Amino acid sequence: MMNSKLNISESTVKACRETALKTAEQVQSYIDTSSTVAVERTVCRLLGIDGVDMVEVPLPNVVVEALVENNLIEKGASHFLGRAMLQTKMHAMDIAKAIAEDKFDFDNLKDYPIDEINNKLKGYVDDSLKIITNSKNARDNYLNTYGEKEGAYLYVIVATGNIHEDVIQAKAAAKQGADVIAVIRTTGQSLLDYVPYGETTEGFGGTYATQENFKIMRAALDVVGEELGRYIRLCNYCSGLCMPEIAVMGAFERLDMMLNDALYGILFRDINMKRTLIDQYFSRIINAYGGVIINTGEDNYLTTADAYEEAHTVLASQFINEQFAKKAGLKEELMGLGHAFEINPDMTNSFVYELAQAQMVREIFPKAPLKYMPPTKFMTGDVFMGNVQNALFNMVTTMTGQKIHLLGMITEAIHTPFMADRAIAIDNARYIAKSMENLGDEIIFKEDGIMVQRANEVLDEALILLKEINDKSIFKALSEGIFGGVKRLEENGKGLKGVFVKHKEYINPFLDKMISELKEES
Amino acid sequence: MSGYSMNSAEFDKSLDLTKLKPYGDTMNDGKVQVSFTLPIKNDEKATEAAKILAGKMGLKDPVVALSRTLDKEFTFFVAYGSLIHDVNYNDIKVTTVEVDTLSMQEVDKLIEEEVLEKTVVVIGASTGTDAHTVGIDAIMNMKGYAGHYGLERYKNIEAYNIGSQVPNIEFVRKAVELKADVLLVSQTVTQKDVHIKNLTDLVEMVEAEGIRDKVLLICGGPRISHQLAKELGYDAGFGFGKFADDVATFMVKEIIKRREINGGE
Repeated sequence: MMNSKLNISESTVKACRETALKTAEQVQSYIDTSSTVAVERTVCRLLGIDGVDMVEVPLPNVVVEALVENNLIEKGASHFLGRAMLQTKMHAMDIAKAIAEDKFDFDNLKDYPIDEINNKLKGYVDDSLKIITNSKNARDNYLNTYGEKEGAYLYVIVATGNIHEDVIQAKAAAKQGADVIAVIRTTGQSLLDYVPYGETTEGFGGTYATQENFKIMRAALDVVGEELGRYIRLCNYCSGLCMPEIAVMGAFERLDMMLNDALYGILFRDINMKRTLIDQYFSRIINAYGGVIINTGEDNYLTTADAYEEAHTVLASQFINEQFAKKAGLKEELMGLGHAFEINPDMTNSFVYELAQAQMVREIFPKAPLKYMPPTKFMTGDVFMGNVQNALFNMVTTMTGQKIHLLGMITEAIHTPFMADRAIAIDNARYIAKSMENLGDEIIFKEDGIMVQRANEVLDEALILLKEINDKSIFKALSEGIFGGVKRLEENGKGLKGVFVKHKEYINPFLDKMISELKEES
Repeated sequence: MSGYSMNSAEFDKSLDLTKLKPYGDTMNDGKVQVSFTLPIKNDEKATEAAKILAGKMGLKDPVVALSRTLDKEFTFFVAYGSLIHDVNYNDIKVTTVEVDTLSMQEVDKLIEEEVLEKTVVVIGASTGTDAHTVGIDAIMNMKGYAGHYGLERYKNIEAYNIGSQVPNIEFVRKAVELKADVLLVSQTVTQKDVHIKNLTDLVEMVEAEGIRDKVLLICGGPRISHQLAKELGYDAGFGFGKFADDVATFMVKEIIKRREINGGE
C-alpha cells in the first residue's frame, strides 16, 4: 500500500481480502462444475459461428437451442461441434447453417474419443484466440505510438439509439477532449437472451450492442484518434444475460473497456445469481485475455441505498469483485472497481466524506484504474447547480487520482446528453484537472480528523460485512438484501433455465487455454 | 450592441397577469436565455444564424453571448433577449392531485381509524423495458428519499416493490395474486414516448383482468404529470418533487372517498 494519508489499517485490509477470497472460492467450485447457454453460445462464436437464420435468430442461439433439445448441451458446444466437424468435415459455421435449415442429422451423430475431438478443435481454438491477441496487440501499438494519458481518462457516454448518430457525437466528444466513449445500450438489452445482429439505428435510451455496431464505432474512433494523436478508448456493456458473448465480440473488435460486474445483474436486473456468477467468470477470462479493462458496478448500490450509510457495502463488494476478477485471471491494472459521488449534497461535510471515501478506495486498491461515477441521484434538472455538483466531484477525482472519470452531465435527470452537455462537462473536468493537478500531493489529513476516522470506520464495517457474507455464503447474503437493499433468491431470477451441470465429458478448450495462459503470465 | 441598454423604459412596468412575461431585473423586460447547438462551423455567419433563430423564437434584440466550437461542423450558442410573447395567466387551467399531504403517522392513523380493518396493499414496479428503479425506490423503499420515508416503512401499508423491467402482464398477475389495493407504476425513460405506450398497455391489461374498478392505478416519474396520467386512464400521476407521503395521502383519501361513494362495505 502507498503511504497512507488516512492511516488505513493494513491488517484490516488484509483480513478483508482473505475473507473475500474465501467467499469467491465457495462459489468457484460451483462455477467450475456448471455452464450456461450463454457460455456455450460464446463457444459457438469463438468457433466462427455468426449471423442469423431466416427469422433473425442468431446462429449461436440456433445451435445451442438445438443442443438443448437433443440433450447434447451437458457436454458443451465444443464437444458437439468437434464431433460434428470430425464427422461431416464441415466448418462450424456450415454446421450451424445446416442446423438452422433443419438439415443436420442429430440422430446419426457419431461419437469420437475425447482426445480426437480436442485435437480437431485445437487449430480452431488457436486461430480464434489469435484474433483476440491481434486486437490486443493493435491496442498496445496505438498506445506505444501515442503514449498513455497521465491523469484520469475522461469518459463520456453516447446514447442516441442510432450507431451512425452515435459516431458523430463520439467524434465531437473526442475532439473536445474525451478519452473514453461508452455507447450506452438500449433499454432492455440486458434481458435479451441473445445478441442482436448487424448495424442498428433504433433504440431507446441507447444503442444495441452488436458486433457490427462495435466495428463501426471502433473504426470511427481510430480515425479521429489518428487525427488527434491520441488513442480513444471504446467501452460497452458485458452485463445481463449475454455477458461472455458480448465479451468475445468486444475482444474481437478491440473494445477497451467493458462494464462487467460479478453481482450487478443479480441485483439490478434480477438475473439469477447462478447464471450471473458462471457467466461473469467466462466473460472476465475473455476480457483478461483481450486486455480489456472491466468496470464494476458498485456505484449502483448508492443509487438505491444511502451513500453515507452504505459506503461499507461498496467497499465490501469491491473486495469481492477483486477476488472474482483474480480468479478469472484479471490483473489489477484491468480492474476498474466502481464507486460514486452520491452523498446527499444537503449533508454537512458531504464533500469531506466523499473525499475520504475516494482516497480510501485509492489507497486500498493502488493499482486498479478506479471507476468513479458522478452525482446522478441528487441531480435535479437545475443545470446550474448541477455544474457545481459536477465540479466538486471532479475535484475529488483529481485530488485522489481516480482513473476512469465518468463525467457528470448537467442535464442528468432530464435527457440523454446533448453534444453541448458533453462539451460543458469536459471543460469543467479539464479545468479542474489542470488547475488542481498536484493539490492532492500537497495535502495531508489530520491524524484524528473526520476523514481518517471516517475511512477507518467504513473499512471496519466492510470487514464485518464480508465476514457475515462469508459465514452465510454469498447466495444467502444476496437473498437477505445485503447490497443496495435488493433481495434476490437463489432459485429465482431470469436466466436460471439456461444453467446446467457439466457432464464428466464436458469440454471448453477456449476457457482452458485462456485461463492457463493467463495464470502463466501472472 | 451592448447588453447594458440604458434606455429600456419603453414598456409598462406594472405586473399584468393577463400579459405575463419573463422577468430579468425589471417587470415585463421579458429577458430569457437560451442555449442550443447548430450543425455548422463556428464563424461570424454562424453567430448571425443563431441571432436570427433567436429572433424567430420571439426574442427581441437577441445577443449571442457565446459561440463555442463543438466539432468542425457543430457550434454551441448561448443567447439572451427579450421575449415578445406573453401569456394570460388568469386563463390557465391545470389539473393537479389536490390533497393536503399528511405525514406518515397521520396516514397510518387514518388507515387504522377510518379506512379499513386490514392494511392497504400496494404493489409497485418500473414496468416494461424501463430499467430505472430510482423513482419507484424513492417512493417505496423503507429509506425513502430526501427525508420522506418510503411506503415500506408505513405500519399499515403492505408494500411490494417488484423492481424494474417487469413485464406489464407479470405486474398485473402479481397484483391479482397479492390482492393489491393500489398499483404504482414508475416510468423514467421517455425517449420516443415509450412510456406512453407502456402505460397505455398496462391500463388495457388491468381492464382486461376485470380489476380496474377494484384498484387504484397510479403512475409516476420525472416526466409524468397528473394531467397526462388522467388522460391515459390512471387515477393519478405524480411527477418530479412528489414523495411517498404525497402518494400515500392520495391513495388513502381516495380509498375512503370511493368507499363512501359506494355506500361503504
